[in-house]
Amino acid sequence: MADTGAKYALLAEFENVSDVLHAAGSVRDAGYRNWDVFTPFPVHGMDEAMGLKKSPVGWFTFLGGATGFTCGMLMIWWMNAYDYPINVGGKPLFSPIFSFPVAYELTILLGAFGSLGGMMILNRLPRLHHPLFKSERFARVTNDKFFIAIEARDPKFNDVETRRLLETAGSRHVEEVRD
Amino acid sequence: MAEHLIHTIPSMPRVPKELERQPLVLHQRGFASITDAVAGIAEGKTPKWWWALFVPSVLLTGVCFAMIAYLISTGVGVWGLMIPVAWAWDITNFVFWIGIGHAGTLISAILFLLRQKWRTSINRAAEAMTIFAVMCAGIFPLIHVGRVWFAWWLFPLPNSNSIWPQFRSPLLWDVFAVSTYFTVSLLFWYMGLIPDLATLRDRAKTKIRQFCYGLFSLGWTGSNRHWSNYEKAYLLLAGLSTPLVLSVHSIVSFDFAVSQVPGWHTTIFPPYFVAGAIFSGFGMVLTLLIPLRSICHLEDIITTRHVELMGKVVLATGSIVGYAYGMEFFIAWYGGNPYELYAFKNRAFGPYWWAYWTMVSCNVICPQLFWFKKVRTSMVAVFIISIFVNIGMWFERFVIIVTSLHRDYLPANWAYFSPTFVDIWTFIGTFGLFLTLFLLFLRFLPLIAISEVKGVTPQADAHSPLGGAKHH
Repeated sequence: MADTGAKYALLAEFENVSDVLHAAGSVRDAGYRNWDVFTPFPVHGMDEAMGLKKSPVGWFTFLGGATGFTCGMLMIWWMNAYDYPINVGGKPLFSPIFSFPVAYELTILLGAFGSLGGMMILNRLPRLHHPLFKSERFARVTNDKFFIAIEARDPKFNDVETRRLLETAGSRHVEEVRD
Repeated sequence: MAEHLIHTIPSMPRVPKELERQPLVLHQRGFASITDAVAGIAEGKTPKWWWALFVPSVLLTGVCFAMIAYLISTGVGVWGLMIPVAWAWDITNFVFWIGIGHAGTLISAILFLLRQKWRTSINRAAEAMTIFAVMCAGIFPLIHVGRVWFAWWLFPLPNSNSIWPQFRSPLLWDVFAVSTYFTVSLLFWYMGLIPDLATLRDRAKTKIRQFCYGLFSLGWTGSNRHWSNYEKAYLLLAGLSTPLVLSVHSIVSFDFAVSQVPGWHTTIFPPYFVAGAIFSGFGMVLTLLIPLRSICHLEDIITTRHVELMGKVVLATGSIVGYAYGMEFFIAWYGGNPYELYAFKNRAFGPYWWAYWTMVSCNVICPQLFWFKKVRTSMVAVFIISIFVNIGMWFERFVIIVTSLHRDYLPANWAYFSPTFVDIWTFIGTFGLFLTLFLLFLRFLPLIAISEVKGVTPQADAHSPLGGAKHH
């Protein structure tokens, strides 16, 4: 670990799901705000333990889907009924019936881009660097270990108190991570 | 989770042995052991069997593209199709490959919405299969247009004639359906890969691997704030992919059903095509995964139970397909249209009777063996039946397309279609392309969704003793 750079966070390692879930509850109850839990897979019940609100990704999906449907319908009307009307057997130049399949596919297409894009925007991804990557132990977060990091910028952060909280919560290894 | 608790808490009431659920991951493998088992395949030395499959696959891909080059430089006359059989192997192969893709989406999206946890062991490979199958499928409509350099007219792009595509045509709906299907499948697959790419990044030993996996994992940290948005986005993508996959094969069936050709003009087509697509796709998933689980030693993750469940899906969809074949005949008779009735009599007893009965044997009769648990749990038997399903579903499309076309309204136009070597080698070549891509996937990407499999183990449950829960 490099000693250079400003203090970023205290990183506590946990052995299993149950410990990290209970520890998250204690950190939330202690009133911290700039903190996070890191796990190899989404842990059931962790959002409640951390006190997170429901994810707003759905709005991005809705926005994408609505754009897709509207643009699809408008495009077909404009192309086949307005810009270059083609009379096929006296059928109406525009009808929402024959336009539906294409508009439907575009709804799904842009809805999907909205979901993935929304996830990335809300998570501030892609991100090429993260201070926690400096911790060697942290590499196991994508394997079998669980972590809680409380950031130094949190108003309640205090070297001694915060470390004690994490240790009482069940962490056997707490380390300081510098940016 | 009750089934896991039974093994660990003696005081829990025992259920009879035959009602006990098999765990999804055998031998209580821990998280690290799952990571090693899956990530290890994409690391280490390239095994010999990989090269033994990869080299012929690449050669076949070369054959495929050589045939396409010959076709483009000479014209569609190099194929066996003619008037009245103006669609033959090209569209048969297109529908065949597109159908195969559907199992991947069913596993990744529909089974996710239905909370079928067993999907986690197979969804990654099945989604990869979807993407590669759709790539193989996409080749055929593109090259069958004849003047390939005008294929871009299929898209609503301004051209020098100032004319736009005709949106009343199901063929154009198909363009949108298939390209949306490919794009959304790719997004869904990639999103699922992000956490696992981060696992590979954190295990990478060389600079190149660190860079590549690091780049594509987008700086994933496993943050729970991220997981929260990620899981919501995953659910939404599953919710979008479900109506998508149902619409894609419905729209493919519209290519036929909206026309007036006897044998094609049938309202049963959309559900019948979707069921057939899922049937054929599960056939292909089994064909790929049964050898794979034994070569890569993944029997603890892709268990006999997984294979058995897929066998049940094959049985169910195969029976739906069988019902559809029967219903088509019934309506041909009951509908009182002599042309329709003739088309179906000709299908079963005309010059292509051999294709029809191959289809029925492979698709309707063969999967009925899956009623027997012995058959469903025998890897050899399931593998052989899965091959028959693949063959049968190719013949289904051939039968629908060629037998409906080859006898026109005027007997003077009647003809018998036979493929040329270009038809045959282009199709065989697409298997080379498919396998090449699949082998590259096996070599460089995690073929099982590592983080998802961990999530369904008992250790992932904070209230299970294996997850560390203390008893009071």
